[in-house]
Amino acid sequence: MVLCFLIHTVCPVSALSAGESRILYSRLFGAESGDDRDFTPEQKRLMQKEKLQVVARQVRSAVCLSREASGRLCVESVLGEEAVALGEADSGVFSLGSAELFPDRSAVLWLGVQALAFTLICRPHENLLLAEGTLRNIARHCLEELRLLGPGAEVLLKSDRVDALLHRLLPHGQLLFLNHRFAFNLEKEISGYVSK
Amino acid sequence: MYAAATESLIKQAREIKEEELQRFCGRVYKLLHSKDVIGEAVDSLQRLHLIVSATKYARELPSDLLMKLQTLLRSSSCPEQLQFLSSSIIRESFPPSVHSLSSDLSQDSRIFSCVAAVVLAQAGGKEDVMPLFHHLMKSFESRLSDGQIPKHALPILSSMITTYSEILTDDQVNLVSRKLVDWLRYASMQQGASMSSGGFFSAPRTRQPAPLTEVDGVVTGDFFTVLCVGQSYTEDQWMNMYAFSMIKSWLLTYDTEGTTNTESALLKRAQIIQLQHQDDRSEVDSSVMSMVSATSSSSRLLPPKERLREKAFEYCQRLIEQSDRKALKRTDTELQKACIVESVSIMDIICGEDPSYVYRAFPCIKALYGRLNGDFAYARTLLPIAQFYLNHSETAAVDSEAVFCQLFGHCPAEQFNEPMLAFEFVQFCLLNSSVLQDRVANYRQSFPNLLKFLAWNSSGLIAEFVELLPSLVAPDTAIELLHTILDLPCLAAALDLQQRSSCYQASDRTTWDQQGAKVAACLEAFRQPSYRGLFLYILRPEAGTGDTIDRLKELHQILADMAECPRVVQCAQIVPVLLHVYFNTVTEKADEKMMNQLLLVLLERCSLLYNIKTFHVEVQRAFSTHLQALCKHHPPLIVDQSREILEFAGSPTNIYSKEDFYTHVVWVIGEYLSVSYDPRCRVELITSFFECLEAVLFEITQVRQSASPPSFSPRLITVLMTTLAKLATRSQDLIPRASLFLSKMRTFARSAPVTACYSEEDTEEIITRAHELINLLKLPNVAQFVLAPSAGADGPRWHRDTNASLPQAMRTVSGLLHKHSSFLPA
Repeated sequence: MVLCFLIHTVCPVSALSAGESRILYSRLFGAESGDDRDFTPEQKRLMQKEKLQVVARQVRSAVCLSREASGRLCVESVLGEEAVALGEADSGVFSLGSAELFPDRSAVLWLGVQALAFTLICRPHENLLLAEGTLRNIARHCLEELRLLGPGAEVLLKSDRVDALLHRLLPHGQLLFLNHRFAFNLEKEISGYVSK
Repeated sequence: MYAAATESLIKQAREIKEEELQRFCGRVYKLLHSKDVIGEAVDSLQRLHLIVSATKYARELPSDLLMKLQTLLRSSSCPEQLQFLSSSIIRESFPPSVHSLSSDLSQDSRIFSCVAAVVLAQAGGKEDVMPLFHHLMKSFESRLSDGQIPKHALPILSSMITTYSEILTDDQVNLVSRKLVDWLRYASMQQGASMSSGGFFSAPRTRQPAPLTEVDGVVTGDFFTVLCVGQSYTEDQWMNMYAFSMIKSWLLTYDTEGTTNTESALLKRAQIIQLQHQDDRSEVDSSVMSMVSATSSSSRLLPPKERLREKAFEYCQRLIEQSDRKALKRTDTELQKACIVESVSIMDIICGEDPSYVYRAFPCIKALYGRLNGDFAYARTLLPIAQFYLNHSETAAVDSEAVFCQLFGHCPAEQFNEPMLAFEFVQFCLLNSSVLQDRVANYRQSFPNLLKFLAWNSSGLIAEFVELLPSLVAPDTAIELLHTILDLPCLAAALDLQQRSSCYQASDRTTWDQQGAKVAACLEAFRQPSYRGLFLYILRPEAGTGDTIDRLKELHQILADMAECPRVVQCAQIVPVLLHVYFNTVTEKADEKMMNQLLLVLLERCSLLYNIKTFHVEVQRAFSTHLQALCKHHPPLIVDQSREILEFAGSPTNIYSKEDFYTHVVWVIGEYLSVSYDPRCRVELITSFFECLEAVLFEITQVRQSASPPSFSPRLITVLMTTLAKLATRSQDLIPRASLFLSKMRTFARSAPVTACYSEEDTEEIITRAHELINLLKLPNVAQFVLAPSAGADGPRWHRDTNASLPQAMRTVSGLLHKHSSFLPA
């Protein structure tokens, strides 16, 4: 079960302070653990958004440290080179400490593609092999469908494509065991959607 | 990739004013009512979505627009794009639409799924999801053919039970269990109707649907699973895939003792297994159990939960067999690995609930282990297998030593640089740390291997290792562990060199030179036979061959050029944290002998550290803290190790390279070298310490015209002075010498090099302190009380008891001092 999917920046953003990340897409799945505390829906939403900011910051720092340690130079890919960009991407995982929004020891899986990161927050003891494969697949589609390697702002304005993608590949946060035919069938639906 | 245009869009969306938003909503409302302008409507909704999601503060939308969006969401004629947009806008905005959407739920799969997404996101409690839940249950109960159950029924159900596990009654659990059995075990064996109509030149299509194949192309002969391939799939085959995807979560929630939620079920299971392990006698009894477990033919008589367990078990066995085939597509190979991990975990859970399955499971798991062992590509699948062995090998009386030998002995050494494997491996150790400590002999011995994960990926794994480290502390290897922690950055450097060395041939000069001259020099050293022993030591897989090596300094020198590598620097940053954890663990458990050894290590290693910027300073700081803690815990240490401490304190060179630590050593001498802490502390011992420190103080405070300014801080002077005074009060013959020395401090403090170097306040502080100490020493008994209170004086009694309270004594002393003062400031 995946709790959250994020697309966010890992490059410096002028309007933000150093180390901060701009979240470009976020999707929380399912309900949070039932708190008996009386928060209004607005307050709950505020807490959710702030918690996601914290996670995005942590991922940004993890990406930077990982890139620094490996010493690899970041080669900028352009539109059409999605496969290359994905091949060069850094990936990693860390666990979240105890926090009110996510259960203790939730795993944060990240994939850093140049200036952006794709992040999955999974429940503890989830099948991380499956989650990793799913994350790569989703990231590939996002890179292609949203033309992320180009300068456009599709990630903000065409976010319904990500919704359509997640609806099929990660319905309600459920990780799916898709062999290549199941995946092909779903991807046909997705390209049908995008071409409209 | 992320351009200024995107940033400015976000800015606009966040800054849009309330009135402007309301006007925009009005326009959108009108657009949605006019049938023709779908494209414009989509555009506007996309912008509206950006506006409501760009800010963390809730945006309220006008109720008429919200209602229109809800209607759109539920209308089956609405284009998919508008439905997704409506769903996401409603999810992000206020007021919540849970109740209005929950009434009159649709039969259409996609609509149901989109509505469920909103309801689950905005639900405030169990009551809010009940209508959705009842609709779902009704669809499960329906006896009509496929098409009645929403496609995403199982993911939605899974999402609900994760949060509200008590939502299902026992009857409903049985109902769902029966459906799951049907989907998992009895899905169609033939392909679904093809979606394409065939090419112009193809022969007329036969009505016979094509058979399914395995991932290697062979026609499938057994029941349908996620590893069966077909051109297109039937409804129940899709449900088979959805069912397997959530079966583990289902079993954890409903097939473990009581209907508790997943985490506590997992924890409870782990606790139960631990209890089983602790009670050896019960193991002997259970192994006498019948080896013949329920066969499938009789399973129809089983209750639904048990039948589901049986079918899930068979499914997993089949998947494990299917994973042996060589897949034609890479996606399928990766899926096979994920299936192995999931299947073994599910079998583990089932065996935990019903030990009779253990005898059926073990042959399968053993064969699997034999197949995958040694194949690096499958390293991650070994962890659930190891977990299975850990949980059930005693029940089945199977020897698991070889498995753990391989796991701890080889895996980390060869694959330390794979971040996912490293994470999962460390999580495995954390989850099972108490069991591993007790039952797996080579767990604690393998800390050099385990620390390789940390050395390579310091920032990612430090949080886990802070929790894991205490479990690695064993009495006979604790000192070696301390040395290994201190040399962790060396290990990082050595691992880096090992990686580069295996990647690049020596003859490939271009890549060699690209590494940079420094690294190239270290690579040369790595390959030299004369240094082989050093590298073998640092890269060793197991502890037990000795605490450290004599040629450690040489190793540090060889690796000196790697000290600026980012990986090494990152590793150096986490060492102080580990030291704190280590000492906090050890100080509680250590016996006298070990504490002596620890003190010696502190004294020895503070000058023998890998030379990375600020590493020395940070480690020294940690050493200083723990030196105090060690001595406080066991004051006789000072006397036990008096020779080493004297040697350390007596060399002024130690001041220049490790001032902070040296200062603490001096302080500790002053504090704990006393008869009240250790009766062996005789006059001769105190005198020898006194003379040693006096000599040092003399040397560093010599006032000469050509003297260079002091390179040490004023604090060192004051600590030395105070310690000398403390020692003098314990052996009162030394008082005249102390007083004489202290009187010279004024001259020192006022000398030209010192006033140029220290601030006015600092020099004043030195002079004042010297003054106070001299006066105090004139009243030896009072001095003894003030400078070296007995252990009890720290207690609150001294402050609360009005007769014995310290403040009163202080006031008396101050009064006396002022009266007797004859040392007037000039």
